[in-house]
Amino acid sequence: MIDFRLDARSGVSTYLQLVQQVKHALRLGLLQPGDRLPTAAEVVAALAINPNTVLKAYRELEREGLVSGRPGLGTFIERSLGQSSPADQARLRRQLAGWMRSAYGAGLAREDIEALFAAALRDTAREGAA
Amino acid sequence: MTPAIESRDLGRRYRRTWALRGCTLALPEGRVIALVGPNGAGKSTLLNLAAGLLQPSEGTLRIFGEPLDDRPAALARISYMAQETALYPTFTVAELLTFGRRLNPGWDDRWARERLSRLRLPSDVPAGRLSGGQRAQVALVLALAKRPRLLLLDEPLASLDPVARHDVMALLMESVAEAGMTVVLSSHIISDLVDTCDWLVTINQGRVQVSGDIDELLATHRLLTGPREALDSLPPRLPVVAHTVNGRQASVLARIGAHRLAPVWTVNEVSLDELVLCYLRQPASSALPGPTSVR
Repeated sequence: MIDFRLDARSGVSTYLQLVQQVKHALRLGLLQPGDRLPTAAEVVAALAINPNTVLKAYRELEREGLVSGRPGLGTFIERSLGQSSPADQARLRRQLAGWMRSAYGAGLAREDIEALFAAALRDTAREGAA
Repeated sequence: MTPAIESRDLGRRYRRTWALRGCTLALPEGRVIALVGPNGAGKSTLLNLAAGLLQPSEGTLRIFGEPLDDRPAALARISYMAQETALYPTFTVAELLTFGRRLNPGWDDRWARERLSRLRLPSDVPAGRLSGGQRAQVALVLALAKRPRLLLLDEPLASLDPVARHDVMALLMESVAEAGMTVVLSSHIISDLVDTCDWLVTINQGRVQVSGDIDELLATHRLLTGPREALDSLPPRLPVVAHTVNGRQASVLARIGAHRLAPVWTVNEVSLDELVLCYLRQPASSALPGPTSVR
């Protein structure tokens, strides 16, 4: 199950925040095929938002083939996102954390690291490695 | 679809003063409708008329397609939570439940008891001794236990702290998800309405200015900034809600639609707060699509 949260200052519309959080959880393996998403009533009881916003987010996820609604049962994850195995993810995350510690050690601030990470991501994408 | 509330030239007068006048509206069923306006704009008058507590001085009012009269069947479909959540202060919560059950044929007692215990509200305490947030929650549970098709809430969140506001809204939204009733709630705290309401009505000096789907209103209104000289070159039929000039710069809020603008204008999206403020500051502006545009 997933716990949604909202960032009022993100500038991203509420339904898109819900969509992105499901995708994020899929990429991290926190949600897997067969898992049930919370019902609209469960989500709005926690977030105090209009139930139609939740339904709109679930419709968008369904349109992308990530979830499917089963009448009377709920909304279920259909497929995962990202091809990496949990072992690969754990190894890469460890390596990245090591790199970040050395960046802090070299005197970089959090913003510097974020800028560097984004720049390197752009570079590799341009090389066609991504 | 038959509108939940439909009024034509509805007006209510107190002696010589019109509290509400020329109110023509069609509010769709199944929506959570925000009723916004300055103090004394006529919000409570409109809610009192829709609840059947006031008679119109002129015009007509239909609820779910039928004229509102004293027949119990018409009133049984409507719940009304007045300002300051008027609960009898000496009645305990349990006594208020009994009161509600005896007076309302469609009363859902099991749901009310289950909900009150889930909210950890004590049933043996007089309503007058509850906190403001607890009183609002009890009042809302009582209003919902009637299983209304139309729920009218007059400033339900005023005088509540942020945690209580969130809890009351969460209870309301969960009930909307379960029962799908139409809700009309008045407020002047616009941030409480973002993400909860999906239809906006602004009412100003006794008249309705805006009535529309919030996503649609936000999609059609734009904030334009540009040099003041460019004001003259705006499309002549562009519906301008408000404009201000500050030195060399002009700012315009307009319903942009398919209008094309000169490239000197910078076009930005508006937030619900900005939209509401602009309309309320311009009592003469209106964006009423007319009674036919209900979907």
